[in-house]
Amino acid sequence: MDFTPHTSGDTQRMLAHLGLAEISDLFAHLPDEVRPAAPLDLPEALSEMEVMSHIDALGKRNRSGLLTFAGGGIYDHYLPPVVRTLTMRPEFVTSYTPYQSELSQGVLQLLFEYQSMVASLTGLPVSNSSLYDGPSSGLEAVNLAVAHKKRSAVWISRGVHPHTRQIIATFAHARGIEVVDHPLVGGRTVWAPEGVSQPAAIVMSQPNYLGVIEDYDAARAVATEQGALAIAEVDAMTLGILRTPGDAGFDIAFAEGQPYGNPMSFGGPVLGMFAVSKPLMRKIPGRLVGRTTDTEGRTAYTLTFRAREQDIRREKASSNICTNQSLNAIAASIHLAWLGPAGLNEVGHQSVQKAHYLAKRLEQLRGVKMATPGAPYAREFAILTPADPHHVVDQMAERGYLAGIPLSDDYPEFAGGLLVAVTEKRTVDELDGYATALEEVLADG
Amino acid sequence: MVDAAGKATSIPLVGGGEEPTLDRFSVEGRRASGFPRLDVPLGDISLPESAAAPPALPQVSERDLVAHVNRLAHRNFAVDLGAYPLGSCTMKYNPKICDWAAEHPAFSNLHPSSPPGITQGALEVILEIEAILCELTGMSRATFQPPAGAAGEMTGLLIMRAYHESKGRDPGAVIIPDSAHGTNPASVSLAGYQVRQVPSDDRGMVDLDALASAVDEDVAGFMLTNPNTLGLFEEDIVAMADLIHEVDGLVYYDGANLNAILGVARPGDMGFDIVHSNLHKTFATPHGGGGPGAGPVAVTEHLAPFLPGPIPERVGDAITWLQPERSIGRVHGNHGNFLVVLRALTYMRALGGEGLRRVAERSVLNARYLESLLSDDYEIPYPAPCMHEFVASAAALKRATGVRAMDVAKALIDYGFHAPTMYFPLVVEEALMVEPTETESPETVEALADAFNEIAQSAHTEPQEVQAAPHRAPITRTDDALAARQPVLTWHMAAEE
Repeated sequence: MDFTPHTSGDTQRMLAHLGLAEISDLFAHLPDEVRPAAPLDLPEALSEMEVMSHIDALGKRNRSGLLTFAGGGIYDHYLPPVVRTLTMRPEFVTSYTPYQSELSQGVLQLLFEYQSMVASLTGLPVSNSSLYDGPSSGLEAVNLAVAHKKRSAVWISRGVHPHTRQIIATFAHARGIEVVDHPLVGGRTVWAPEGVSQPAAIVMSQPNYLGVIEDYDAARAVATEQGALAIAEVDAMTLGILRTPGDAGFDIAFAEGQPYGNPMSFGGPVLGMFAVSKPLMRKIPGRLVGRTTDTEGRTAYTLTFRAREQDIRREKASSNICTNQSLNAIAASIHLAWLGPAGLNEVGHQSVQKAHYLAKRLEQLRGVKMATPGAPYAREFAILTPADPHHVVDQMAERGYLAGIPLSDDYPEFAGGLLVAVTEKRTVDELDGYATALEEVLADG
Repeated sequence: MVDAAGKATSIPLVGGGEEPTLDRFSVEGRRASGFPRLDVPLGDISLPESAAAPPALPQVSERDLVAHVNRLAHRNFAVDLGAYPLGSCTMKYNPKICDWAAEHPAFSNLHPSSPPGITQGALEVILEIEAILCELTGMSRATFQPPAGAAGEMTGLLIMRAYHESKGRDPGAVIIPDSAHGTNPASVSLAGYQVRQVPSDDRGMVDLDALASAVDEDVAGFMLTNPNTLGLFEEDIVAMADLIHEVDGLVYYDGANLNAILGVARPGDMGFDIVHSNLHKTFATPHGGGGPGAGPVAVTEHLAPFLPGPIPERVGDAITWLQPERSIGRVHGNHGNFLVVLRALTYMRALGGEGLRRVAERSVLNARYLESLLSDDYEIPYPAPCMHEFVASAAALKRATGVRAMDVAKALIDYGFHAPTMYFPLVVEEALMVEPTETESPETVEALADAFNEIAQSAHTEPQEVQAAPHRAPITRTDDALAARQPVLTWHMAAEE
């Protein structure tokens, strides 16, 4: 395929105008040593039909169509067609970052509406227009806190998503941030402040990675006692049924926003939701849309607080981020508007009911127990089985189920641990089928 | 209306009146969503930390939601409506075959924690694009975790740090030219390095002598965009790379302008060690109103052990995820913006090697042609032959008429085109940075030149008109100072006013 419109006549005419004979003359000033010594080893061009066959063939090498019980931030919720239809409008798909507000009112206003809905959901007044994903938003939260408090330590619950903790660890070394892990006991965080540096922030997850509902007030009290910011990683889809981090007095909330409007996408592109309290408003990372007026006094939207950003502040910028996940945030807004308060509540409620139904079924299986017995959970929970969870996942896939996420890699204390998530999409037959399949897999050893 | 060259002749391409925010359509009890009845027995579950009430989201019908969003779309310009010569952003046409690939359910419905045994196709996608990207850049291995160019820069700098630490060294500075994108110095300092800036010379290229005197044992590396932000190929690149390598520093290629040299010249052959590419520029994935993009980082063989992990590796007949030996760790929550990567692979396979080279040739041809058609009101401060974009200065026009680069850019909107980049790079006064891209026809390029030239003429005859542009967009210029001084960031804040 060729998406350039030039005919050979066009090219000759343009070259002649430039006083050049051949297309290679355009590059005559490049030094010889930067040119490849041999022709590049690249595939031949394909027609669209051939490309489609190729992508189809690659797609067939995935085992798609499994009933998904894996979560860990990325969930298989029902996605209404209206989200795709609207999000795929070319005005949203093929525009750039809305620097030129005169030509970008559509994207800007939708991002303003996104910010408004995230503020409602988190109970915090200021949201940016999205970051890359949930886990990397955790790094931005930590950076904000370290800069704001001028302290280098952060306390992080082991209930925070392992990938969030891994990303923070990747960058902590270069930035001189000291990360102090706080353990889970019975599935809930024990904040053990003795003998460690005063933190810039404490970071917890609600519900935590094991699915367990944590105690907001206890964490908030520790933060207050330490003079630290309180940061919560939250599960987007339970925000309709659980208390908001803003209500619990938290300073920063972030979330993996995929469950709103975005397919699982092998984990990307998704979006990071990020909201802060009023005092942190001017320190929030990422793009921010504000309302203003044009020269004729009409309501207009524009990117604001630009003075924080890298293209103006350069080496003094507090973040190098210069994009957001606009299209994913637009999808999230449309899905949230479609859901409304009743729909969001219903998704949360049905997911919780179905998760508890499945957990009770699984607990009755021989050898299966809850990893954190008695701990309160919402729509995700961890079980222990006598088998290697990787083996369980592989065997369950043979039976048509993506059974969950093995816990043993990130939590060696749960050697047989499997994290199971349930959404409103799963029917009672699918839940019963899962239990039956797991029973077979465990019986087979 | 537009003529055959895509130039607006009467009504603007973007229009529509003011649209209320969605909360204004909300009516208590209205809803769009519906779900099947709960089919498990209702359990008596009381959760701690329960919400007192559901969140205050708008309550709207699907019909009102659809009309609202579509009316807002009408207030937004896009590549799919007309030329978008936004310098440094490579706003080329985004082929629709790539949309088809990104929506393929065999990929879009994959959970990222699926075991590799059931995602062999997705892993093959990554290995296949890795091979093509490495061949194009002259690198050896790549990571596709970085979700954007800036994230790629940060990843590259952490690899640089890990490399030096592996040799027991701890150099503290990274050199960047004064014409660099703002992300470069921001990434450098966030990676814990000091920024050491070198000036451009009167050719608009890095001053080789200044670079030589900036290099010492404390230099960890050098970041460079080539072609640089003036659209000029850095002709001394091989000598520059040698200077850095002499102190065991690493040379980082900012791929912002890779489009200009695809298949023609390779960063690896120039002496670069680390290369990030912007799939959303060079490889035609759409910008999505600001994202998602993807900023994969490719490295030479001796840096491969430091790449973020996990990365796909072929082991026997199967592909699995492995952690590189001395990996810097994870930089994305999952596997990066995978569906963007899939779009880029689709584009690469459709074009093939010849087509990718044609991209570079025609992007340079269009830029050089457009530059040659501009009137003398636009000075070209650095006369070396431009690559895929050029930077013109409106300084003389401003002195003669009072019309600034900003005014020219905004006036272009009234001709049905997007504005070019302005006031960047900082080394050019009243800069207009123009990148037509290879997907615009010669007729469109000529129409763009006509528009620039007519605007310059108008600047001489009716400067106030140009200074008040745009006249045919949905809004006129915005009061950005007001937005920052009295922030209204949500409809809740708007209601408090």
